[in-house]
Amino acid sequence: MDELKELYQQIILDHNKDPKNYGKLEKHNHDSEGFNPLCGDRVHVYLMVEDGLIKEIRFEGSGCAISKASASVMTTLLKGKTVDEAKALFAQFQKMITADVHTPPDVEKVGKMAVFAGVREFPSRIKCAGLAWHTVIAAIEDRDEAVTTE
Amino acid sequence: MVHPKAPPSGRYDVDKIRADFPILSMEVHGKPLVFLDNAASTQKPRAVIDAVERYYRAENANIHRGVYYLSEVATKKYEDARQTVQQFLNAASTREIIFTSGTTDSINLVAAAYGRKFIKEGDEIIISTMEHHSNIVPWQMLCQETGAKLKVVPIDDNGDIIFEAYEALFSPRTRLVAMVYISNSLGTVNPVKAVIDTAHQHGVPVLLDAAQAVAHQPVDVQALDCDFLAFSGHKIFGPTGVGVLYGREKILETMNPYRGGGDMIRSVTFEKTTYNELPHRFEAGTPNMAGVIGLAEALKYVNSIGLGRISAYEEEVLAYGTEALRSIKELRLIGTAKRKAGAISFVIDGLHPHDIGTWVDRAGVAIRAGHHCTQPVMDRYHIPSTSRASIALYNKKEDFDVLVESLKNIIEVFR
Ligand SMILES: Cc1ncc(COP(=O)(O)O)c(C=O)c1O
Repeated sequence: MDELKELYQQIILDHNKDPKNYGKLEKHNHDSEGFNPLCGDRVHVYLMVEDGLIKEIRFEGSGCAISKASASVMTTLLKGKTVDEAKALFAQFQKMITADVHTPPDVEKVGKMAVFAGVREFPSRIKCAGLAWHTVIAAIEDRDEAVTTE
Repeated sequence: MVHPKAPPSGRYDVDKIRADFPILSMEVHGKPLVFLDNAASTQKPRAVIDAVERYYRAENANIHRGVYYLSEVATKKYEDARQTVQQFLNAASTREIIFTSGTTDSINLVAAAYGRKFIKEGDEIIISTMEHHSNIVPWQMLCQETGAKLKVVPIDDNGDIIFEAYEALFSPRTRLVAMVYISNSLGTVNPVKAVIDTAHQHGVPVLLDAAQAVAHQPVDVQALDCDFLAFSGHKIFGPTGVGVLYGREKILETMNPYRGGGDMIRSVTFEKTTYNELPHRFEAGTPNMAGVIGLAEALKYVNSIGLGRISAYEEEVLAYGTEALRSIKELRLIGTAKRKAGAISFVIDGLHPHDIGTWVDRAGVAIRAGHHCTQPVMDRYHIPSTSRASIALYNKKEDFDVLVESLKNIIEVFR
């Protein structure tokens, strides 16, 4: 049960129920779609990037609580950040969810994403947490092919 | 040798049965394992594990054409296993029993060896909406290759096939009906006898996907009068990587060979090859001998309990589980067919099946979340996926109590 509480922290449950920045961003200059074939999770991320700065970011899609909350928290973190900062944050997030379970998350570096450290106890769910991040990086880099977690 | 005997009777002692399955006494996350993912694969009784081990320890050698002791032992065990399967399905002859690597392989065999020979451009193949991908894709591939067409029997909201619609699909170009006996995602038991009778009135042969059916109820290919029937060892307490294709002898005789290689031939020269007799013609290469022997042991195990009793017992457990799940008001059953066996699929408002699966796992409960290789069923109900609890002969009513308790818990936390 403790690991479940670690995984499904209140912040995650709240973002799942009431995701931030949800819905299509009509005026965008970057977007990408991510897909997790294992469970059918889908996410579509839209960005308005000007002079290397993420002015607006929104997402839509369907998925489990982890993937939805991860996308929601991500958008709140990335809004107002530079593209380079976004990539650095992604790298830190990647490092956190692939670290062994005893390594405490580096809160200074990953900020609010630290709440997702609990997925490390659930190997089958790590991809859920990463889906939106992979998708946003693909969008920023204008990679055309749909992102899949496989 | 199998000794046919009177069907076993007496009290169904599920605890005694559970004791035959070593894995069932394990704990996961500190909780007793509650295994409710039997539609995906079943656990193995000690008798099967021992038979496979014994094979590798004391009986292993390549079968057929060996003139030494071990090869003769292995060959006899392998061919005895064929007889066990023949009796299990009540097939007319062992010539009708082909060992494959599983249901998927069996269906692909029919698609290749029967389909490529008899199904031509403009011909039609009937399947249903509730087929497993393994009873869709081989036919789609055949259609792509030949220019034949797939016709799909619709299902109603309960998950029953619409029989009149099925009857209406027949045309002079219909060449085959391929249908699932018991659905792995909806639990529907299809009226296969009527399906077959209808097809035969049109002179059309029928393949039954019995992957789910064989572990839940007696299957008699002669009483059904089906033309092909496929199942997998691992879904009936046997090893993985082994399965069966039953084929009516008269039809098998007319088919193309499937894979080419050793054992399926009578003689080979560079000018001409003649093929072996049934059933060996369809078993190219060294087969899964340990798997076949393990499968036969699994069927004997099932026979020792009796499928009639298993079916009656499971019906009670399924009814109990259905009612228990129904007591959760946020929960909606997907699949409420007139006759059901094995599986209960459901969705819960506001909860994703993936989160449900992870959650109940921590209570020791193994269920499956996803589309269960039946994406057209998910589309039919406009849902991406379901949670599915599926039973076998060793499940207890109490298993559903543990599941329901855990489900109430996650609903509360996610509220
Ligand atoms: C109804 C049905 N058909 C076919 C299959 C495929 O069986 P296998 O993967 O053993 O070949 C399954 C297994 O999931 C099934 O449930």
